[in-house]
Amino acid sequence: MNAFEGDEAAAIRADGLVKKFKGKTALAGVDLTARTGTVLGVLGPNGSGKTTTVRILSTLLHPDEGRATVGGYDVVRQPHQVRRLIGLTGQYAAVDDELSGTQNLLLIARLLGYTRPGARRRAAELLERFALSDAADRPVKTYSGGMRRRLDLAASLVGRPSLLYLDEPTTGLDPHSRNEMWDVVRGLLDDGVTVLLTTQYLEEADQLTDDIVVLDHGKVISRGSPDQLKARAGTQVLQVQPVEPGELDRVVGIVELVSGSEARTSSSTASAAVTDPAVLPEVVRRLDDQGISVAELTLRKPSLDEVFLALTGHPADDVPSDTTAPAFERTHG
Amino acid sequence: MPVMFVGLFVFVFGNAIEGGGWQVYRDFIIPGITAQSVIFATMGTGITLNTDIEKGIFDRFRSLPVARSAPLIGAILGDMVRYLLTVMMVLIVGFAIGFRPEGGVTSIIAATAVVMLFAFGLCWLSAFAGLLLRTPMAVQTFGSIWMFPLTFASSTFVNPDDMPSWMAAFAAVNPVTHVVDAMRGLLMGGPVAGPLLWTVVWTAGLTAVFFPLATRAYKRRS
Repeated sequence: MNAFEGDEAAAIRADGLVKKFKGKTALAGVDLTARTGTVLGVLGPNGSGKTTTVRILSTLLHPDEGRATVGGYDVVRQPHQVRRLIGLTGQYAAVDDELSGTQNLLLIARLLGYTRPGARRRAAELLERFALSDAADRPVKTYSGGMRRRLDLAASLVGRPSLLYLDEPTTGLDPHSRNEMWDVVRGLLDDGVTVLLTTQYLEEADQLTDDIVVLDHGKVISRGSPDQLKARAGTQVLQVQPVEPGELDRVVGIVELVSGSEARTSSSTASAAVTDPAVLPEVVRRLDDQGISVAELTLRKPSLDEVFLALTGHPADDVPSDTTAPAFERTHG
Repeated sequence: MPVMFVGLFVFVFGNAIEGGGWQVYRDFIIPGITAQSVIFATMGTGITLNTDIEKGIFDRFRSLPVARSAPLIGAILGDMVRYLLTVMMVLIVGFAIGFRPEGGVTSIIAATAVVMLFAFGLCWLSAFAGLLLRTPMAVQTFGSIWMFPLTFASSTFVNPDDMPSWMAAFAAVNPVTHVVDAMRGLLMGGPVAGPLLWTVVWTAGLTAVFFPLATRAYKRRS
């Protein structure tokens, strides 16, 4: 899909964004389009340029090259108009620990020009919606991680933005809180909000987004719908480990024959991308026919690393580690 | 903190230093502790700014349709209120242990204005450090390095005449000496014009240098 297709309905359009920090290239020409009323997922490992992209599109950073428009306004030349449209939920819950949930939201509402009673109403409404009413008057430092993220999201919605940036909204959350967050994001779509969501999780992108852009080293390496992406990367991964390591070659032969894709081997385990769930019984039958007993046989969702391998031919592990990458982007931003 | 300082200095040193008993030292040191407490409070400005930026709170504010400089100005104004509360706290404790300025209420207001003026100049230095350094810890360390010599090698706790000559020379040009002397002059009587002039000069200088530096660092950092 070309970045400029469906131009009329584009809520966000970025064209050739380049950003360097002290000579290190964070973005090397990123094009993307988010259609109005849809969720655009930006998928990539740490250090791939997700946060930098969000910071440019939310007017916090100027690109070195390229341009971007949000709701038709240029992010560099018309930042004030852009800020009227957007809400930003960053990677770290940007709420004040000392204040209560209500006070945090009142602060934002008053800044945005709500009257005192109007601000109170809006705060109560949002707390209710995000299931925080019971904790409304408690200081935020007593909140759980999931509650903080929900409050942070509520804070970005105070001004009723028509466009919302969610930068890794579920990173570091337990599975239960992650599911809650997903429900919240789905709820936003019912309001007609356009969402740009960054994530490291393929499953999250699959669950929530309409279009996905895959970033790697500051470049878009793939784009399309979740289904298209999965078709390219395989929906699932079949993994087989024989009891006898000597039988691995025969296992690889069976796996490749049945799945029709190239198998990888690592520590006496063969794995291959599969799209058709019917391969599982077929593989079991053939293993049985040849008298190979298996120690492990699983069918699972591919990890981001496997998607990257399928899309780029190289694994996504040669990037800065978890802690250094975002810190670098933030501090030198 | 200020409450503890008043208690400790007045009663620990008060009996040891002055011949005239702790009451004399109390009257000498209350203006000094007021200034010292406010100067230490300015360190909080840099630390808070640093923490808030690291946590992304400034990203949130700057993605709102409000003036770009508003979060910084707002933080400084909020801190000025905090400094004022610090002044009032020290003075209330002073009152509780019998401090009665000769100049009355007018002198209290004037002395408060002097120390607040200086704090305004100094908070830009603190803000600059907070925006420039990477971690709150670094800001704190940096603050302590210059705050201890500034407050101790001055007329805050003892008369600089009793210091070794090299330190007395430092104390004579130390802005904290001028601030404290101006406050003392206003509250307890004594020369005011000279120290007041120097306080204004120092404040103007600090603001002229560090206000532009801080706003520039703010634009870059956030």
